[in-house]
Amino acid sequence: MDYQVIRAGESRSFSGDHPLVAGGKDSGQIVVIIGADAGAAFRGLRETDRKAAVLVELGAECLGVHTGEARGEEGSNVLGFARFRLGTAEPSNLVELVRQPRTLDTAITAARKLFEEYGLKVAVCGDFAGRIIDRLVRPYYNAALRRLDEGLASAGDLDMTLKLGLGYPEGPIQLLERTGLTHHFDVTQALFEAYGDPAYAPARRARVAKQRQQQKS
Amino acid sequence: MSEIKTVGVAGSGTMGAGIAIVAARAGFKTIVHDTKPEALARARKQTEGFFAKSVERKKLTQDEVARIMGDLTGTTDIQALAACDIVIEAVFEDLKVKHGLFGELNRVCPPHTIFASNTSTLSITEIAAGSGRDDRFVGTHFCLPAQLMKLVEMSPGLRTSDETFKAAWDFCKAMGQAPVKTKDNPGFILNYFLIPFNNDVIRLVEAGVAEPADIDRAIKVGLGYPLGPLELLDLVGLDTHLLVAEALYTSTHEPRAAVPALVKRMIAAGRLGRKSGEGFYKYQGSAMFGG
Repeated sequence: MDYQVIRAGESRSFSGDHPLVAGGKDSGQIVVIIGADAGAAFRGLRETDRKAAVLVELGAECLGVHTGEARGEEGSNVLGFARFRLGTAEPSNLVELVRQPRTLDTAITAARKLFEEYGLKVAVCGDFAGRIIDRLVRPYYNAALRRLDEGLASAGDLDMTLKLGLGYPEGPIQLLERTGLTHHFDVTQALFEAYGDPAYAPARRARVAKQRQQQKS
Repeated sequence: MSEIKTVGVAGSGTMGAGIAIVAARAGFKTIVHDTKPEALARARKQTEGFFAKSVERKKLTQDEVARIMGDLTGTTDIQALAACDIVIEAVFEDLKVKHGLFGELNRVCPPHTIFASNTSTLSITEIAAGSGRDDRFVGTHFCLPAQLMKLVEMSPGLRTSDETFKAAWDFCKAMGQAPVKTKDNPGFILNYFLIPFNNDVIRLVEAGVAEPADIDRAIKVGLGYPLGPLELLDLVGLDTHLLVAEALYTSTHEPRAAVPALVKRMIAAGRLGRKSGEGFYKYQGSAMFGG
């Protein structure tokens, strides 16, 4: 199935030379809108209901911000998506594909097929802040930073225990240092605002890193 | 303190059987005790299956397996543990059950025998307090699956002697494990982080945010974890997760440690995980993990 790629600002999911972007045609049955302004670009499109699927890259926002919502019965051929990416690390091979209650199965199938043709793995989720991974791992990262402050163990011992004990490729402290504590602050701040759950409140070390970044700028 | 030559393992469930494999494989005479003969028989069968896979994968020879299995015995008679230099307890996460067991062991075992608990959430100091020998008591929390994972969280209780802790630490290294010293805090390091994380995952399923397979795929592909959290929960068993999480919640009262309602509903429906053939996924067979 042919597809079209519309770029609307810098994308956290796809760089310009990614094969999926390079393989886009001038028009197609699937429209992929990438970039930080993908939602605005989508809202400017006409006759999107004629497409097999319209895929809108999301940031921290819900898909409903762009499509609108109606009594829990929203859903069409429009899906949100984002490749999971931790801070400054490269995007992972995971695409979180965001559906709404009445999203067409045919649209999900078409989107999944397109991403998988380019070697990506798809996890379908509902339209909630943090989708799957951020919603799950951010409280864990916050707890690790807090327990480090409380002297449960050294950073190295915390990381080693979680790597050896659970087979994680990297401990939480090392991972956050590598990918950016300020990014962790941004994500947790957004999730804290969305859910009001203290588990998402940015950890002290992330807040300190953010404040230092702000001082520098 | 005398050298550790004979190891007792109290409880032949998933953890007990795995710990017994670790000890026997390292060359220790190992005696596994369980009150239920059928549990011992099941553990023996699973252990034989595990070592058969080890031979297939050329990690061990048939002769080595024969030697290991010769060193590994099972018994329903707790008196048999009188021969042990250390007894590692791996029974239910219930303080009364553990106190009852250690009280009995204290009457059976000689004074030099070190008592160790594989508890993952209860306080070592509190368990030791009911053992009759709290100075010769240590926490040795193995990770699941114990027969494959190297890490052991080792925690001294408030009255554990330095000599006991050192002897247990050296024994742990002699088994080829990687001990890490942790404070006697609820959940130590691993479960303090893992249990609330797993509860959050179950709440995501409860809330209909995503299907179990999608959540597991996301975590494995996005973060490089070897097992999805729901696959891990099915391996651990939801009944075990309930006990561990309730123990952690009782100790910490942290909201994320509170067990989601779905867990109790699944247990009531007999969906315990791999051990019952269905949890978040459906399974066939009950072979032990790895080889």
